[in-house]
Amino acid sequence: MGKTDTLNKTAEVRTPAENPVDKYLRMDRMPHIWCPGCGIGSTVNCFVRAVEDAMIDIKKLAIVSGIGCTGRVAGYMNLDSFHTTHGRAIPMATGVKLANPEMNVVVYSGDGDLFAIGGNHFIHAARRNLDIKIICVNNFTYGMTGGQVTPTTPQGIIASTMPYGNFEHTFNLPFLAESCGAVYVARWTAAHVKQLTKSMKEMMSKKGFGFIEIFSPCPTLFGRRNKIADGLEHMIQFKDKCKIKKGASAKEATFDPDNEIVLGTFVNTERKTFMESMNDRYEKVFGPKYVRYGEE
Amino acid sequence: METKEKKKRKAKGTVYIKDELCKGCGFCIEFCPLHILAFSEKFNAKGYHPPELIDDDRCSGCDICGMYCPDFAIFGEKFK
Repeated sequence: MGKTDTLNKTAEVRTPAENPVDKYLRMDRMPHIWCPGCGIGSTVNCFVRAVEDAMIDIKKLAIVSGIGCTGRVAGYMNLDSFHTTHGRAIPMATGVKLANPEMNVVVYSGDGDLFAIGGNHFIHAARRNLDIKIICVNNFTYGMTGGQVTPTTPQGIIASTMPYGNFEHTFNLPFLAESCGAVYVARWTAAHVKQLTKSMKEMMSKKGFGFIEIFSPCPTLFGRRNKIADGLEHMIQFKDKCKIKKGASAKEATFDPDNEIVLGTFVNTERKTFMESMNDRYEKVFGPKYVRYGEE
Repeated sequence: METKEKKKRKAKGTVYIKDELCKGCGFCIEFCPLHILAFSEKFNAKGYHPPELIDDDRCSGCDICGMYCPDFAIFGEKFK
């Protein structure tokens, strides 16, 4: 349906079937498999609105996901999407970006996929400053395989493989991304939808390696073992405990469920991207006969 | 009281709900800035109670419920 058709109609005669996000989603696959109270759907809603606000051509937007609950986002979005092997979402996205430099490539995956099995790929993509955007939905557990402990599980949390509480140190993802050289690093929760949408829009309209970590409730496997009754209660906890700090450093953004959680944009800088560095180097070596790749 | 009645705000927007997609998580009801959504009495095919607008004169169409909904079952819209 054209945009003018919807504008000419008054709100009274619209039907519930015309949700503005529907054109970005494969509605024939709905309802999705995410549990009631899961926050992944909220983040997808924010992502769709951010893409719309940033006025990105959806014909030039590709979304890549790995395996896991969040990995299913690629299957539900009506874009060029890839549901790749476990942990290899970033290598796949690297290939898409290098072969089609005009594409906007977004990796939408979970903490287990991006940081447990695929941690090494993340480090090197950030080091090279590839022009891809990473959205990591962190639910503190392996949701699809039975609630095992992950590198991002906070200390003291009970998981199916840590029945007496997790004692490992927790991964500080924004600090990792910053130290590896990402140009945009932010952290939000699924309960901060307005800020998250704004942050996603900011990241999408920026060049370079962007990273957003989003805390999301997992009522079925995380909440059930940790005295959090449902997804709604976890969302309210996020609202109460999280504190938005302007200009906070990523180093202090550790995650401890008992204390306050620091949210916000930690890094927003500029750095030469992988493609620009390559072009500059080859231009220097080969002289004016070199045709710059991926630039109009 | 009468002056208050006169000053009563007209609805600036409304919400649209797809009952069949709802999983009853309650996010829209909890986070509605005006608290004008509530669980309805009816059931959908999966046995959840979808939300309904209890005070449709006050809805501002801000679309916060639409941003929160994990099931794409609700969205708000301002009147033109």
